[in-house]
Amino acid sequence: MTPILQINDLKTHFFTKAGVLKAVDGVSLEIGAGEIVGLVGESGSGKSITGFSIIGLVDAPGRIVGGEILFKGQNLTNLSPQEMQQFRGNRVAMIFQDPMMTLNPVLRIETQMIEAIQAHDPSISRTDAHARSRDTLGLVGISSPEERMRAYPHQFSGGMRQRVSIAIAMLNKPDLIIADEPTTALDVTIQGQVIHEMQRLCRETKTALLWITHDLAVVAGIAERICVMYAGRIVEQGLNTKVISNPIHPYTRGLLGSVPAQNRRGEPLQQIEGMVPSLLNLPEGCAFQNRCSLLTERCSLTPPDVTKTDDGRLVRCFNVTQGDTA
Amino acid sequence: MKPLLTVSNLSRDFVKSLDMVAKLLNKLGQDYREEIVHAVDDVSFEVFRGEIVGVVGESGCGKSTLGRMVAGILPPTKGNVQFDSSQSQNQSIPDALRTQMIFQDPFSSLNPRKRVIDIVTEAPLYHQLITPAQKHEFAAEVMHRVGLDTEAMRRYPHQFSGGQRQRIGIARALAVSPEFLVCDESIAALDVSIQAQILNLFVALKDQLDLTYLFISHDISVIEHISDRVIVMYLGRIVETAPIQAFVKKPNHPYTQALLEGVPRLEVGKRQYEPISGEIPSPLSPPTGCHFHPRCKFATPRCKTEKPALREIAPQHFSACHLNDEA
Repeated sequence: MTPILQINDLKTHFFTKAGVLKAVDGVSLEIGAGEIVGLVGESGSGKSITGFSIIGLVDAPGRIVGGEILFKGQNLTNLSPQEMQQFRGNRVAMIFQDPMMTLNPVLRIETQMIEAIQAHDPSISRTDAHARSRDTLGLVGISSPEERMRAYPHQFSGGMRQRVSIAIAMLNKPDLIIADEPTTALDVTIQGQVIHEMQRLCRETKTALLWITHDLAVVAGIAERICVMYAGRIVEQGLNTKVISNPIHPYTRGLLGSVPAQNRRGEPLQQIEGMVPSLLNLPEGCAFQNRCSLLTERCSLTPPDVTKTDDGRLVRCFNVTQGDTA
Repeated sequence: MKPLLTVSNLSRDFVKSLDMVAKLLNKLGQDYREEIVHAVDDVSFEVFRGEIVGVVGESGCGKSTLGRMVAGILPPTKGNVQFDSSQSQNQSIPDALRTQMIFQDPFSSLNPRKRVIDIVTEAPLYHQLITPAQKHEFAAEVMHRVGLDTEAMRRYPHQFSGGQRQRIGIARALAVSPEFLVCDESIAALDVSIQAQILNLFVALKDQLDLTYLFISHDISVIEHISDRVIVMYLGRIVETAPIQAFVKKPNHPYTQALLEGVPRLEVGKRQYEPISGEIPSPLSPPTGCHFHPRCKFATPRCKTEKPALREIAPQHFSACHLNDEA
């Protein structure tokens, strides 16, 4: 089965006055139909820029300088801006962190939803577009969608607004949705509701989902596979159960150790010393070397390549040898 | 044992007063009322020396307002906060300094135009706890305590990362030797690996300096990790107070149960989310009776009319739910 999305060695760099900032530097991942993939990392790790690169929203001074993004075999990096415009919101949609920023405050929900449909297929009548918008709103769990269509974004609560943006993303039945921290701004009970809807939609419509977040616990609950990013690279990628229960890369281990867990209550948290290095002056070799507990001489010379383990995980660390599962 | 901090019947209302037009129209026989939000509604609890008491709740439940009143930044509308200063060793410190607050946003809570040394020593100089000659030495000591490089004391806040800035905020609070710290979402703005560093720092400081904390957070896993006792708030009221073991193992109130079920957890792995329905109601017009009844699956007609009282259901474990009466 060909994956919906296949990214090979993607490089997105920002050409700033202070130097070249390698926000995404050699990212490879794939997502199959109906699959949920979690992309986890701290701020500045390049996880959002990976998402923006897929959907073609990288602004100057940023540019995709290498690699390819294959969507059902078609390379998105070669598309003209016009072609990309048609593609965006139609085959691939994105949900952002802050729904107040993504919805136009002076237009009714109705107008915004109908616009999104007709932009990609002008032959659809307004009445049909209206009916489809209403049904989609109902699908994401908004009660009495007919009346709510007439409302403005400010009349909705945060959770409802995020549902509206999910509905807008779903309108054209995309094959892939990129969700960038969709529940970070929401309360726990509302977050549960939104995750519940997204899980159901992916299951029922076979939409692939790339879930970008800093919260390991959220992706642990929903994703099939998890990619952990650090300083522009994926340092560990593998099945959810494997990565969470038996992390290999020292950064993944540290990250998991710093999350408070029920079974380790009251014990001091394991912490990763130091902080994320500036992307402008990354050290030679492995980007994690300054914070790593398994540091060897090799680490400071060349960046580690991807090693495949026996259980199918891809890890960027010298301490992992071929076939190692520990 | 006497509690260190006693909060009794504390309430805080925020009133949106009528504008000129509404006042005029009222004179002409219209009926415009002032809009009142009961941010904190008749809250009582005690904190004992050396305890870490966690306050959880969703946005708008009044946990920050409560924290600000306990820290003395915000005057309460009703009720009072009593601090038992007879328990402290140093009697010369003014009472107002005994409680300090650490804020959420390490970017906006520090004066961008002051150097770290001045931020940290401003309060102790003003209260004459140190002399200007001791300033340098004192700043070095406080910065060392929170794990900051003392070389950096002449820098400005923008030259530090988020985690380091939060450490400056902690150093500033510790500079007046407080005994009670109110931490309002103090780690929410930080990255996961930095959160762990700051949480560990809080625990270490508690042991070194014999501190007591009121730790406010929306993040239940953090609360579970650090607290000895947990207060759960919903729309301005306390719905449950429980020692940590009971909070984790036997939550009593339906809201607490729903809240705990909804938390994403690493150890559970992949699962189906079954959330509680409904939104948090507007605090402008909270539901009658028990505030939680429109979202509660066990709601009875009584819940709609009668406000449940906070009752002790097990030692130190209080819950405000009518269901406990029937059992």
